[in-house]
Amino acid sequence: MNVPAAWYLVLAAVLFGIGAFGLLTRRSALIMFMCVELMLNAVNLTFVTFSRTLSDISGQASVFFVMVVAAAEVTVGLGIVVAVFRRRASTSVDELNELKG
Amino acid sequence: MVAATYAVPAILVFVTSALLIVVGALGVISVKNPVHAAICLIMTLFGVAVAFVAQSADFLAAVQIIVYAGAIVVLFLFVIMFLGVDRNMHVSVEPLVGQRAFAGVGVVITIGGLITLMASSHWVTGATSVSGSALAPGNGNVKQLGTAVFTTYLFAFEATAALLIIAVVGAVLLARRERATTKEEARA
Repeated sequence: MNVPAAWYLVLAAVLFGIGAFGLLTRRSALIMFMCVELMLNAVNLTFVTFSRTLSDISGQASVFFVMVVAAAEVTVGLGIVVAVFRRRASTSVDELNELKG
Repeated sequence: MVAATYAVPAILVFVTSALLIVVGALGVISVKNPVHAAICLIMTLFGVAVAFVAQSADFLAAVQIIVYAGAIVVLFLFVIMFLGVDRNMHVSVEPLVGQRAFAGVGVVITIGGLITLMASSHWVTGATSVSGSALAPGNGNVKQLGTAVFTTYLFAFEATAALLIIAVVGAVLLARRERATTKEEARA
């Protein structure tokens, strides 16, 4: 018998909170991307937990698509970080205060 | 009391994954060096993979390791080392006064609200699936997931293919040097 779903849901909520705190407080664009990954993983964990509890494969299919979108997001996001770093020599988001390149 | 209701190995697996997840996540948001943050991120991703296996999502656990820990984190490490930003991080400096306190209060309210909401609504509500067979533990899941992705979610699956191509083209376009393009344009 597996542990109750509530344990996993609380764990996912805590992971989401930690990721959100990091996203709000860290200034490096790279670390902020990692915190977004933490939050996405927390949501994936709830999807899998609901999938197990409700005995429905749709939750796992959703996780599959979330992973694909996360991979695409990281690819484009890191491309933007590299492009910004070429201009500013910094990855701090506080220094990006104008749209002009 | 809990151990009498649930098997001890299941609890051990949960505690292991919870420790990996929480310690790794705290490491990501607190360490100074971005390379160490990426290593802590791998730790969290492994913990999530353990939780996936414990909940009989075998294929997703494998994808979690291969795609997240194997590809995404390596991409992070590549960019960190390519840019050489692994030294000039200031964790101790707080750019906005009271920002961390506000963020902490907001996050605690969010977590508390989420847990209260879930606890007051019996955690998981809704009917169990009636379409198709019940979720089979073990290898049966891979077959079920494949069937779902290639039948019910076929259109979304094709859309992700287009999304990945667009992302790759966009990343190449963003990250390439502009001097090379102007030279090529001048030649042409």
